[in-house]
Amino acid sequence: MPGERSSEMEEGAVIIEPGSSRKYKTGDWRSKRPECDELKCTNCLICWIYCPDNSIIVENGKRVGFKLTHCKGCGICANQCPAKAITMREEGA
Amino acid sequence: MAIIAMNGDQAIALSWRQIDPDVVAAYPITPQTIIVEQFSEFVADGLVNTEFVCAESEHSALSICIGSAASGARTATATASAGLAFMWEVLYVASAMRLPIVMAVANRALSGPINIHCDHSDSMGARDSGWIQLYGENVQEAYDNSLMAFRIAEHPEVRLPIMTCLDGFIVTHSLERFEPLPDDVVKQFVGEFKYRRSLLDVSKPVSMGPFDGTDYYYEHKYAQVEAMRRTIPVINSVAKDFAKLTGREYQLIEPYKLEDADYAVMAMGSTAGTLKETVDELRAEGKKVGSIKLRLFRPFPSAELMKMLEGLKGVAVMDRAISIGASGPLFPEVRSALYEAKHRPKLSNYIYGLGGRDVRPEELRSVYNDLMSGSGETVNYLGVRA
Repeated sequence: MPGERSSEMEEGAVIIEPGSSRKYKTGDWRSKRPECDELKCTNCLICWIYCPDNSIIVENGKRVGFKLTHCKGCGICANQCPAKAITMREEGA
Repeated sequence: MAIIAMNGDQAIALSWRQIDPDVVAAYPITPQTIIVEQFSEFVADGLVNTEFVCAESEHSALSICIGSAASGARTATATASAGLAFMWEVLYVASAMRLPIVMAVANRALSGPINIHCDHSDSMGARDSGWIQLYGENVQEAYDNSLMAFRIAEHPEVRLPIMTCLDGFIVTHSLERFEPLPDDVVKQFVGEFKYRRSLLDVSKPVSMGPFDGTDYYYEHKYAQVEAMRRTIPVINSVAKDFAKLTGREYQLIEPYKLEDADYAVMAMGSTAGTLKETVDELRAEGKKVGSIKLRLFRPFPSAELMKMLEGLKGVAVMDRAISIGASGPLFPEVRSALYEAKHRPKLSNYIYGLGGRDVRPEELRSVYNDLMSGSGETVNYLGVRA
């Protein structure tokens, strides 16, 4: 990320480095986190298709976890899951 | 160069022809129309290399200018009144992106009631948008400001958009004698445009205008504050270079017969000329009066103003715009600038000339009479049939 002080920042809020959004941890915004019941999950990957933040981690064609550094907790995955395997749990609860 | 006759709009168009900006995107609106009309003729006649875009609205015109300036092109536009109001949203985008766009504003009243004549409500309303604002008194100043504006806006210490304001009809449409500079002198004075980042430079890819959340927005706003602060010395040094070239000296605030004056009236734009005439008449009668022309409204030259007004007995601030429910927009800024002064003059405000209402020397004389006799309210409405 750019410097923390106004004088160190790039003029006009220009981003001069490609792919820097990876470093911007939007997961901090979340108030609810997704949790998956592995027994119910069929690995249909509907959650992966719908996730607007690219936060469903898939390895070898299988859903293996959530990228919580960037998941904003919107709940779309839980809403779309046909097996009702994903639920949203209050952060800090 | 020879003295010629032109109206203010033509003089702005002439300055652009000489500067030959890379891009001009605009939408015609009275009383700015002649600028765009005349400049489009220069384009059609091949006198400039400018890419001229006749946009479908002012919002689009300024948006095109933002894209153009972001790509690293020297960019100019012009508007007035409702056109400036329609640009509102993107005015702030241009300044936050630190794009040195030059915009001529032919000052005209805002609707409603619908009106096409001069007042300052359009640009004064845009005072918080982060643009530098220069006001010209006559055709010569409108032309000179237009030349200096490119240098000021593009200065590496500044890089902010700038409005060069001229009174609608009074300056835009009145034929006046003035002295333009030769083309090559203008080119040399304004110089080559050097951009900092270009959207089109594929070897250095950048993103411009990204979302700026609670954690960075304030810091970028503060950077605009700092750039605006650095603007005043830049304006002064550009004016110094310009004076060397032309003999025409421009200060941020121009005093007229102020040295031994007790009372002064202050105005922006063409009224400053009428004031000088009135001062001459009153001086001939032995009255110790002067006048003040404010050329720069943003950044507001508070320190310079305090120095100039301190010690006067009374100052009237003329406002050709109104913030209904308060006063004119200039008055509170002048009053605030003087708060720390040791010897504060008595200050009053005169709203005048709204919707192009003429202000005559005898009316300005009545303002001086109010000052000298200690009459008048804090906020006065000059020439209205109340």
